[in-house]
Amino acid sequence: MGEKLPRVPGGARLHSDGLSRPVQTLRVKMVLLGSSGVGKSSLALRFDKDEFRSTTPTVGCAYLTRVVHLSDVTLRFEIWDTAGQEKYHSITPLYYRGAHAALVVYDVSQRETFVRAQVWLKELEKQYIPGSTVIWLVGNKVDRAQDRQVSVQEGQSLANDRGLLFTETSALLGDQVCELLLAVAHRVHECIGAQQGGLSEWQETAHVDLHRRDTFNPFVSCCKVGP
Amino acid sequence: MERDNHQEGEAQGVKICDPPCESNPPADTLATSLSLLGNHMFPDPVERNNSTTVNKQELSNPILSDVTEEEKSVDAEPQSNQVTKLEAEEAEISECQNNASSQTLDEGTEDAATDNDRSDSGEFVVAMLAKAKLEEQGIGVKGRSSPLLEAGIQESPAFMSHRDEDVTAESWRQHRKHVFVLSEAGKPIYSRYGSEEALSSTMGVMMALVSFVQSGDNIIRSVYSAEHTVVFLQKGPLVLVCVSNSRQTEQQLRGELLYVYYQIISMLTQASISRIFEHKKNYDLRRLLAGSEKILDGLLNLVDSDPSFLLAAVHCLPLASSLRDSLSQILLKAITPNLVFSILIANNQLLTIVQEKTVIEDARLEPADVHLLLNLIGASSAFQAGEIWTPICLPLFNPDCYFYAYISYLDPPECTVCLLLLSTDKEAFYAVAECKRKIEEAMTAQNSLSLIAKVQSYSVSQVGVSDLRHFMYKPFDVPDNYRQLTQFTSPEMEAPYSSEEEKMRLLDLYRYMHSRIHSTSRPLKLIYHVAERETLLAWVTSKFELYTCFSPLVTKACAITAITKLLRWIKKEEDRLFIRYPQKYSTTPNPSKSSRGGKSDQQDSTENGFLSLL
Repeated sequence: MGEKLPRVPGGARLHSDGLSRPVQTLRVKMVLLGSSGVGKSSLALRFDKDEFRSTTPTVGCAYLTRVVHLSDVTLRFEIWDTAGQEKYHSITPLYYRGAHAALVVYDVSQRETFVRAQVWLKELEKQYIPGSTVIWLVGNKVDRAQDRQVSVQEGQSLANDRGLLFTETSALLGDQVCELLLAVAHRVHECIGAQQGGLSEWQETAHVDLHRRDTFNPFVSCCKVGP
Repeated sequence: MERDNHQEGEAQGVKICDPPCESNPPADTLATSLSLLGNHMFPDPVERNNSTTVNKQELSNPILSDVTEEEKSVDAEPQSNQVTKLEAEEAEISECQNNASSQTLDEGTEDAATDNDRSDSGEFVVAMLAKAKLEEQGIGVKGRSSPLLEAGIQESPAFMSHRDEDVTAESWRQHRKHVFVLSEAGKPIYSRYGSEEALSSTMGVMMALVSFVQSGDNIIRSVYSAEHTVVFLQKGPLVLVCVSNSRQTEQQLRGELLYVYYQIISMLTQASISRIFEHKKNYDLRRLLAGSEKILDGLLNLVDSDPSFLLAAVHCLPLASSLRDSLSQILLKAITPNLVFSILIANNQLLTIVQEKTVIEDARLEPADVHLLLNLIGASSAFQAGEIWTPICLPLFNPDCYFYAYISYLDPPECTVCLLLLSTDKEAFYAVAECKRKIEEAMTAQNSLSLIAKVQSYSVSQVGVSDLRHFMYKPFDVPDNYRQLTQFTSPEMEAPYSSEEEKMRLLDLYRYMHSRIHSTSRPLKLIYHVAERETLLAWVTSKFELYTCFSPLVTKACAITAITKLLRWIKKEEDRLFIRYPQKYSTTPNPSKSSRGGKSDQQDSTENGFLSLL
């Protein structure tokens, strides 16, 4: 876990990287879900550039890539940073369909985001066969310790109940963020990479990954999140 | 001045027009409703009737009758002494005499003339709004607390300050232009300053006014008071209200409200808004707009500071035509099925735009839609983070369906050159992202980015006319160049218009000139206006619309010569200043889907609509 991740400048434009390496590069689709303002984009920015900026609400969905090198394989994370705003919920399934990893993020200083995270988990569970997706519960903004409304125990027990993994992070300070990505990478590689056709190889001119799309039923309705 | 004559007639008035579906109501309906309004709203109705004017517009032909009505009011007024009107060959020149020239727009003598007539009655709405506000003191300015409205948790400080403004403070009242959006049930949806929650009873009063007038089979359009103009716009289930103390005309303010409405439509579509309110009249639309306040804030700031909105035309960056062509060629080569528009933007101005052939045969891309796209890009710094894929509706193209916009900056970390690709296929992200990769490669190969980086807007000094300080030139459609995107060109605002205040002052002068040119009652073709610190000349012909600003000592003859020179210069530079021949491509391999941009998606947007959220 302490391994220092190689910094990759301009993560989205790494096309020449990887191919020259002898190790295999696999594509991992990861989606960030959660309420508006919990810090999904800030986490994504940490993953991508390891910096923190105050962001404005995401419009639609932001797409970033980040390459993570494990000992025997290179994973190219395609990160879909979804907007938490309700008006975009109808299109969010577009982004989480076929994801190998889903980070469900809440803000530890806002209890309602924790409640909302559970709704997201339910939504995800409806769509996924257990084992095909690594779902990670992330409590963000631990730097706001004085305003904490959701305890570590609560987060951990929710994760245990549902068989998820759990981490608390601070995108502001960078606490546990890189560790989280690395842990996700290991987990995805262990669980899905081992399966037949679990992860596809990434090539310079990769096109739409039709393979995974076919394994799921097309969506009938978009969003049942609202009350 | 003509506008001032109007003011005398209407300044105190409530302007009401009948709803378009109704036949003319008996005259006493209006009178009754007004006197009822008086009984309810005015402390002293009798006195009010003297100073309150109602403008009723006949339904059968609202525009025509508007003209007649207004002309009558002009005729009824004695000609203003400060204005001399001259008839010219093809144009009417109205020139201010020397005494008028010593007055600024803000301090016209008409104020003095009408001041005596002005009782506080004209301000009744403003007073009512203020009263409602006082009652809200208990509510305070706490941000929204509903668990469903989680936005605003992580917003920038500047953003917070607007939302958290104390709505009972004098400073809140002093704002130049307030904009409110509410639902027909009177639920607050948006306020430019202060939180909607703290303003809920103010908005309640607004809705009361709207529905009261509506109950008399009329539509409230505007209310004039000494300092404020209140303009109402009803669009479907939404009511938009502007309270302005700028001297903009009602038409201009209504146009701005329409932009706000379109921006909301661009995020939600008209069809889903109607559906939502059909099912639940008191739905809180803020749930769906949460997080988008900044986009509306940004739009209103742009509307105030960018003449593109006034002129309803897009501003493109001056570019050597060879460079613009090569950029267009790059875009033309990077296409994929269902792609309909490819747009390159630098510093909020268009570099080039290419479009799908069949789409443009059906409908043209309207400047307003481009403005909304540019505002969306400008209002969200999140775009700088990576590649964005988002549904977006272009309200003038088709208000009921979504396009899917791919947005990415090509020059991180500077983030000045932005690529916008619009597709009708929501699944097309990877295909469209591949187009971006091709475009990026080609631009690197041709060194386009560094060429673009060198491009700047131009200085008015390049025209070589010494007295000319600034201008805005908007050519109209040329018959052989059909369905072109309406564009305008304008140099940088330089000294003495370098400070924000001075820029705004010049824009206000232009807005005034624009209102005179486009007056519904007495449109002008040419107007020469001597203001306090500059002289302006506006001229509209069948081929162009031109606004010029000269130093104050210019003579009329000088100005005319200067304009001739300017027009010659523009003609010479045309290829550089405008996107002359928009390139088209065809993505017909999948004709069923791409034949009508957007249409194909209508079904999807229904399936994917927001009903499921209810």
